[in-house]
Amino acid sequence: MNSNLNKIEEETTTEVISVSEPTPSKTAKSPVKQSAQNHVPQAPKKPTYERVIKLLKMVGLGFLESLIRLIVGDDPKRQLKRIWLGVGVPLIAFIVFVVAWQITASTLKSDLGKIPSPSEVWGQSEVLWKDHVNERKKEKAFFERVEKRNAKLLARNPQAKVRTPAYTGKPTFIDQIITSLKTVFAGFLLASFIALPIGIFMGLSKTLRIAINPLVQIFKPVSPVVWLLLVTMFVSALISQNIFLGMPKAFIISFISVALCSMWPTLVNTSVGVSSVDKDFINVARVLRLNTWNKIVKVVLPASLPLVFTGLRISLSIAWMVLIAIELLAQNPGLGKFVWDEFQNGSTDSNAKIIVALFVIGSIGFALDRIMVVIQKMVTFNKNDIA
Amino acid sequence: MAFLELKNVSKSYGKGSSKTDVLKNINLSVEEGEFICIIGFSGSGKTTLISLIAGLIEPDEGEILLNGQPIKGPGPDRGIVFQNYSLLPWLNVFGNVGMAVKKVFPKWGKDQRATHSKKYVDMVNLTPALEKLPAELSGGMKQRVSVARALAMNPEILLLDEPLSALDALTRGTLQEEIEKIWAREKKTVVMITNDVDEGMLLADRIIPLKLAPNATFGPEYRINIDRPRDKTALNNNPEFKKIRNSIIKYLMEIGSEIQDNSKDLDFTLPDLKPVEFN
Repeated sequence: MNSNLNKIEEETTTEVISVSEPTPSKTAKSPVKQSAQNHVPQAPKKPTYERVIKLLKMVGLGFLESLIRLIVGDDPKRQLKRIWLGVGVPLIAFIVFVVAWQITASTLKSDLGKIPSPSEVWGQSEVLWKDHVNERKKEKAFFERVEKRNAKLLARNPQAKVRTPAYTGKPTFIDQIITSLKTVFAGFLLASFIALPIGIFMGLSKTLRIAINPLVQIFKPVSPVVWLLLVTMFVSALISQNIFLGMPKAFIISFISVALCSMWPTLVNTSVGVSSVDKDFINVARVLRLNTWNKIVKVVLPASLPLVFTGLRISLSIAWMVLIAIELLAQNPGLGKFVWDEFQNGSTDSNAKIIVALFVIGSIGFALDRIMVVIQKMVTFNKNDIA
Repeated sequence: MAFLELKNVSKSYGKGSSKTDVLKNINLSVEEGEFICIIGFSGSGKTTLISLIAGLIEPDEGEILLNGQPIKGPGPDRGIVFQNYSLLPWLNVFGNVGMAVKKVFPKWGKDQRATHSKKYVDMVNLTPALEKLPAELSGGMKQRVSVARALAMNPEILLLDEPLSALDALTRGTLQEEIEKIWAREKKTVVMITNDVDEGMLLADRIIPLKLAPNATFGPEYRINIDRPRDKTALNNNPEFKKIRNSIIKYLMEIGSEIQDNSKDLDFTLPDLKPVEFN
């Protein structure tokens, strides 16, 4: 299973068996003695920076490795080359992209407006942030006013009924990002809760797999739009209040639709992972006479975890992609609604704001994927194979 | 009565026209504490045989008795060392051994189990690698963990399925010595499968060749009455060793040439074609 082992790791841990000629070993400090037939070399204690590098790799910041090695002076020539490849080349590509964008923006114009230039987009991102800060200030001032008024009322008449009205300001760009993140998290959680158990059962029982597989194949390619309409219908029929269990109806519709669109990769991967556990591992469980529960928990699940996580990763990225479309279409709060509102708004800086949203959506999607990779590396056994 | 007994055991795979009889009328009786080597070509049904004894598969005909009781399914009383180690890659060395110990001795406390596991890891000289994952171990080390795991279950019989065939010659030699030492100390009955005559000669009380599948049966058995511990270099000059070794090899060559005779029937007529000339 772990055939493509990390080469370096293998070198440092390979056992040294000496018979006649002591082989020069990279790890053993003293030459291997004739008598040390079963000698297992203890890995030499690694310096602190090696541990830092390991930690960075764990959290997906492996590209910083060369920088640290350069600082401690570990083969600087090689590190510079690696930094050039790992950071320099992507940076140059990005600069080329921005320059090409700038040129296109200044030459292309249409009735719908012109393509905003990189500098305009950057400007708008600052505007969006300032808007957010101002809005927060306004909100604070509003509540202070309310409090003062209430205090006055109470001073005049201790029996007076005071109330604190809700602040009804427009949600800012940052608010929309937070709403979208909450929704995608809820949707992804629901998708996992549905897909993981069903996937495990499908993997364990061939009959169940044959029974459910056609349904899965039919539901999997259904467009998010259709799911959204269906969920809207069902939720509206079932829930009459606008707030249900503390959640706005729009939020419920959004996250259920997201779950239904994104659960399929997890479902399929889990069932494949569970059903294709290495026969040797199953034999171990059989020799040990593990009962069904222990067999699943101690052998089948850990063995299928790499595939399950691949499924979860795909599900999360689909969830994020689908969520934006759903918010845009259903006018549910979130980044999708922000984009649609700006598009409808049609002011001169709208296009630039849409492009800010584009970069934010992309970056968040990327960050979510990296978070999944980190979790995957922490819990699964094939750490070296995860890209 | 023999400790382990196979009576007229047959096993075939597939059904109808694609049915292959792998083993036919296998009879074997092993005494307690004996070291048996079963030797044969690859594809002769050796792994099928060991899987039958382990209980991972069931015979079509005949029965397998351990201590006079028929074998029903696999169990920890028959410790098996698989050809490809079969270590669980998400558990470290201690975890792999400990998992087996926990299952076999459920009433023991945590400390007692840990001591027991460590004892067997130490027996195969892997204490320094206790915390290592299988992916960080070499082939020989993995196989030793596998042996430790099988022994820690305190089995009545140890089944070794070509445990050393995936290893290089040097590692092989070390592990052969280790297996003999452990066998001498633990007094376990061992059935080992191998494709190496010298390995069998070094370790076994009896060597039994397995003829080739289909319908593989046992050939004549060879008893090795050479004093233990057997020294590999000294063995080369032992006249009895040379005699038995030569007769086993001769026997195996004979079976081998039988296959070649059989394959002569497979005569292909090549089409009468000439390469095109581009001029």
